[in-house]
Amino acid sequence: MAETGQPIISVRHLTAAYGGRVIIDDVSFDVARGEVFVILGGSGSGKSTLLKHMIGLYPPASGEVLIEGRDLIQAFGDERERILRSFGVGYQSGALFGSMTLIENVRLPLEEFTDLPEEAMNVIARLKLSLVGLGPFAGLMPAELSGGMQKRAAIARAMALDPGIIFLDEPSAGLDPITSAELDHLILSLRDTLGITFVVVTHELASIYAIADRVIMLDKRTKKIIAEGRPEELRDHAADPWVRRFFNRQASETEE
Amino acid sequence: MSGHPEVLTIIAAVTADAAGRLVLSGRLDSAGVALVWTPALALAAGSRGELGVDCSAVTYLDGAGASLLVRLRQLCVETGRECALAGLAQDQAALLALYTAGLESLAAETSRPHISYLEQVGRFGVRMWRDVSDLVGFLGESSVALGRAMASPGLVRWKDVWSTCETAGVNAMPIIGLIGFLMGLIMAFQSAIPLKRFGADIFIPDMLGISMLRELGPLVTAILLAGRSGAAFAAEIGTMKVNEEVSALTTMGLDPLRFLAVPRVLAALFVTPILTIFFNLFAFIGGAFVVSSLGYTLTTYLTRLQASVTVGDIATGLIKAMVFSLLVAGIGCRSGLTTGTGASAVGASTTASVVAGLILIAVADGLFAVLFYAMGI
Repeated sequence: MAETGQPIISVRHLTAAYGGRVIIDDVSFDVARGEVFVILGGSGSGKSTLLKHMIGLYPPASGEVLIEGRDLIQAFGDERERILRSFGVGYQSGALFGSMTLIENVRLPLEEFTDLPEEAMNVIARLKLSLVGLGPFAGLMPAELSGGMQKRAAIARAMALDPGIIFLDEPSAGLDPITSAELDHLILSLRDTLGITFVVVTHELASIYAIADRVIMLDKRTKKIIAEGRPEELRDHAADPWVRRFFNRQASETEE
Repeated sequence: MSGHPEVLTIIAAVTADAAGRLVLSGRLDSAGVALVWTPALALAAGSRGELGVDCSAVTYLDGAGASLLVRLRQLCVETGRECALAGLAQDQAALLALYTAGLESLAAETSRPHISYLEQVGRFGVRMWRDVSDLVGFLGESSVALGRAMASPGLVRWKDVWSTCETAGVNAMPIIGLIGFLMGLIMAFQSAIPLKRFGADIFIPDMLGISMLRELGPLVTAILLAGRSGAAFAAEIGTMKVNEEVSALTTMGLDPLRFLAVPRVLAALFVTPILTIFFNLFAFIGGAFVVSSLGYTLTTYLTRLQASVTVGDIATGLIKAMVFSLLVAGIGCRSGLTTGTGASAVGASTTASVVAGLILIAVADGLFAVLFYAMGI
């Protein structure tokens, strides 16, 4: 499904810092259209920070983020809003609005950004919810659902406007293996049928092997990308022993 | 998504051909579907027999477009007709299949179950009763917790008490001073006009002294405490409840009442009398401005003030302030600890803490008036 040509997202010389503390130092990479792109790294390596810079939540210290060729960081007003609407984000804890039912959560972007009739919005929201297996729960409040269901509902909400890109922050953390595998399956079938590009932050190895077309791995010490490529390749042939250990799930002491 | 709504061409259209089939064309994304949804459903409802839908001119289809097709199909099911989709490209058909695979029915309930009026009244009554019994329970539990804290002061988290004293007490000084000053000024000024007509403006300090010390000082301080600190207690503890921090305390074997409520209630108990004294001081300063502008000296004002108020006035005011502070801080902590789940629950418990705090202050003030009258002080 991946179309050749211009990358859908490109990050150029991005430096991220909180106050004076640099988290990510001069990182550049591209995400191709229709691929599942996974950001990896040990705890505290700045994966979520990188994601939050890519979706424009935090302004970077320097560098640029281009989404479909448009600069997210420099953009403002209508232009910025249009770029923001071209992708959906599923947050780590779901971030569903607690005062609304599931279907109202999914309908919110439709109500705000489209001229669809009421009935159309309800049908669309129902379809998105049933896509993630939550059709019968449409009328429930987020608090009445399990953590995994909240996460899936968050993905349904991220898809409400049929964005071309979906960012997911730790989608399978805290899910049981079956639900997690179902989620992987969902991601792949959305990629295949809708051509959606996924940018996923995760450290679930099983999930990485199942879905990732390409991964980048962030290093805590150098604050740069330590490895980039297909996960199987990195597991077997990575130059850095730490990367091989990560993919083979070995503790630090066992190598040396 | 690659749709550019700024391009103003006809994005999508629906027509009926000679055979009565619906012909959909153009981009069926959310913008396109917004245009064709109502006419398409009207055309479909108006036609007879098998509903044919020709999608061969559809250039783009996403979730919104798929929803339209699903709705058309459902319309046919409802009216017992056949529905024949034709001309979908392969990837569009795959998309539609993906969306309809897990779909049971669209008709399922999307709203909360309806509750009858009678049932609402019943539920309200039950809720009220539960609230009152909860309140009594909380009163008992917190009395026990406070009593235990008095018996063994070593168990109290004094660090928390002092930091709450700072946020609820020291940081409240400016607003207390400002309101006190203005109230003194306004009270003195308003009463100066009628009193002057009887040549009685010399009695302004008497009136100001008794009304501030006995009534307004503790009352307004308690109201400010409810709005400022009671609400803060409820919001802070409520957020802790939502984040499961309260559960963490409980499973560690730490009683949330002892750990969260007792330090806050003690801090409020310590600072409120001081705040009341501060309020009264500023009220008298405000009064002094008015009285001196009427031509009296400051010495006259102070002498009258000293002559008119008794130690009893000051003491009753401070006792009231302490009781109010217990009520306000206690109700704030209780609202926080009974918070439900979600962000809106924190808002609800903050509101409840202020409303309940104000009601309790008013009720307690009334009881004090009766009590002090009966005791003759």
